[in-house]
Amino acid sequence: MRFFEFEAREIVKRAGIPVTDFGFATSREAAKEAAERIGGSVVIKSQVLTGGRMKAGGVKFADTPEEAAAHAEDILALEIGGHMPRGVLVDPKAEVEQEYYAGVVWDGLRKQPVMLFSDMGGIDIEQVAEEHPDHVGRGHFSTLLPVSDFQAKQVIAQTGVSGSPLNRITPILTRLARLFLEHDLTLAEINPLGRLKDGSFVALDAHMDIENEARGRHAKLLADLGVGPEETRQAREATPFELAGEEVDATDHRGVAGNVTEFDGNLGLVIGAGGGSLTLFDAVRAHGGKPANYCEIGGNPSVAKTCGLAKLVLGKPGVEQIAVMMSIVSNTRVDIVARGVIKACLELGFDPSEKIAIFRIPGAWEEEGFKILEKYGVDYADRSVSLNEAARRAVEKIQGVAA
Amino acid sequence: MSILIDAETTFIVQGITGREAVNLTRECLDYGSGAKVVGGVTPGRLGRDVHGVPVFDTVAQAVEHHGAPIDGSVVTVPPAFTKDAVFEAIENGVKLIVIVTERIPRRDVAEMVELAALRGARIIGPNCLGIIVPDVIKMGGIGGPAKNAAQAYTPGPIGVISRSGGMTTEMSSTLSAAGLGQSTAVSIGGDAIIGSSYAELMPLFEADAQTEGIVIYTEPGGRMEAELAGWVTEHSSRLPVVAFMAGRFMDEMPGMSFGHAGTIVEGKEDTASEKIARLAQAGISVAERIEDIPEMIRSKISERSRAGGVSA
Repeated sequence: MRFFEFEAREIVKRAGIPVTDFGFATSREAAKEAAERIGGSVVIKSQVLTGGRMKAGGVKFADTPEEAAAHAEDILALEIGGHMPRGVLVDPKAEVEQEYYAGVVWDGLRKQPVMLFSDMGGIDIEQVAEEHPDHVGRGHFSTLLPVSDFQAKQVIAQTGVSGSPLNRITPILTRLARLFLEHDLTLAEINPLGRLKDGSFVALDAHMDIENEARGRHAKLLADLGVGPEETRQAREATPFELAGEEVDATDHRGVAGNVTEFDGNLGLVIGAGGGSLTLFDAVRAHGGKPANYCEIGGNPSVAKTCGLAKLVLGKPGVEQIAVMMSIVSNTRVDIVARGVIKACLELGFDPSEKIAIFRIPGAWEEEGFKILEKYGVDYADRSVSLNEAARRAVEKIQGVAA
Repeated sequence: MSILIDAETTFIVQGITGREAVNLTRECLDYGSGAKVVGGVTPGRLGRDVHGVPVFDTVAQAVEHHGAPIDGSVVTVPPAFTKDAVFEAIENGVKLIVIVTERIPRRDVAEMVELAALRGARIIGPNCLGIIVPDVIKMGGIGGPAKNAAQAYTPGPIGVISRSGGMTTEMSSTLSAAGLGQSTAVSIGGDAIIGSSYAELMPLFEADAQTEGIVIYTEPGGRMEAELAGWVTEHSSRLPVVAFMAGRFMDEMPGMSFGHAGTIVEGKEDTASEKIARLAQAGISVAERIEDIPEMIRSKISERSRAGGVSA
């Protein structure tokens, strides 16, 4: 989950890294007050979880509190990339001599976190790495041993930075590395890290992502920042259909029948498991099919839960038929899924043999499952029919219906 | 032969009294020549038994009862306790740890992997179904009940490595139906950081005389395919590799994760199309459909043997 800039700055500040005396405001008046408190020129920055703020007009400079209030009002009403801002950050306009970059990310191959540093801050680190590789320092560090200053110093020194800046930045990068681990972050960036006229350093912007799986153990931090447990902050906000999918999955604790993503086709998908769903979704599209949704079932969900998911998909406007397909199952039971989807059809007043384009789930309890499907005249396939072939049949059938 | 485990491998199940673990234990005991499950650990449950397997409070007690080092452990404890359980296994001399648990934060995984490296232990997973040597032994829930596992997996020359547990079985079943059995199939897990990647398992398959070719299942997210491509080229591997890539549709949806936690397209290198290009550069064919895999790997194996390389 991504943090807003004002939240990320708060995390940085708590870790003892110097930040500017910024304020956060959700109204014109509050922005004015913050500007008055700060005094002098300020920058008003839209708080949205998307890039391109500057280009979109989401960052403006103000010399007086009145000007700050006017800009804040405009920015608060400005949608950027489909997102409305959470508020505005009111930041003193700093006299920056030079901009640096400090970051920490995971390296999945080395299975360790890596510190990144550049003396060319203010732009994307990827761009610097491509155009000026000698200006990027890198260093992996242990998750078992305490993070030590020398590790940060080595990374910074790789870029040729020496003298007072080296000694002043070292504790900042060390602290960033520590807070990265302590908070279970997957990204921690200070960009730019500004060197001011007096030689001191200050974080001028920060980006942070916390790992979803670890949110539970940072409940206090999230509460302090005012992040509610319902806030997922996905790349795209969940649609009502997707939220209904989450509700279905939460009906009981047996297995999974959820992870629903909405698309706008006519073929509803009740598919699983993780890898099988990815494979099947690709296959449906490769055959020219138009999925109405993505989802995942697995881990032996109950009949009620499977039925709930199937009903949700069947009830989605525009869905003409559903395809029920999974890779060979070993702990999910074929008969339970079969019962769930048939029950869903019947409860909605549909004939299962017409609504279910194909049922392809081989594996545990398949004899029992196939018997039930036969009884209702549902077209089913065993493991001799590939995932790809099953998807092709479903697409052909629905195109026949549509024609 | 096989990699990682064989008929003689001894292992424990940590979290053995959980519902899934009870089933998994039954399955492993029933499969092939019957796994040597020498104990189970659930704190506070000393003295119980699960399908005849004695339950202990600590790994140390299990090792003492066994009277010799224990080769492996299947870890099924909840995510909040997994790191401690894995540390316990490693510090008690266990050298092969299969972590079934999902939703473990990356920091914990990195710590477990780092300790394993220090102690010369190997981790498979997390978020995986384990390892199977067809008709001999399975360690983990892979393939499900013995009866179902026997239906999908058959002994033979193909090494299977997969980021998806279910797809390990789907692909192996397709290979089996085409007369191509498996030397060992490994479900390596779908998380962003895992104990053993494709490239890290390749040397083991390379050294296994039974293995003549490798089939992998992969997804968008991460750099593990680039690492594999690099390994195959650098070591002039004797083993032809065929890959299947699922989740091609995700290229159009950056920033969203589907299927497994590790699948997220963040940079250019994470995309399915970029990965396919990298694999192809290393001579690794990428199958469009699973049913094409058997013919592809068969023809690559016979190409190699015709070329007079290492006899296959």
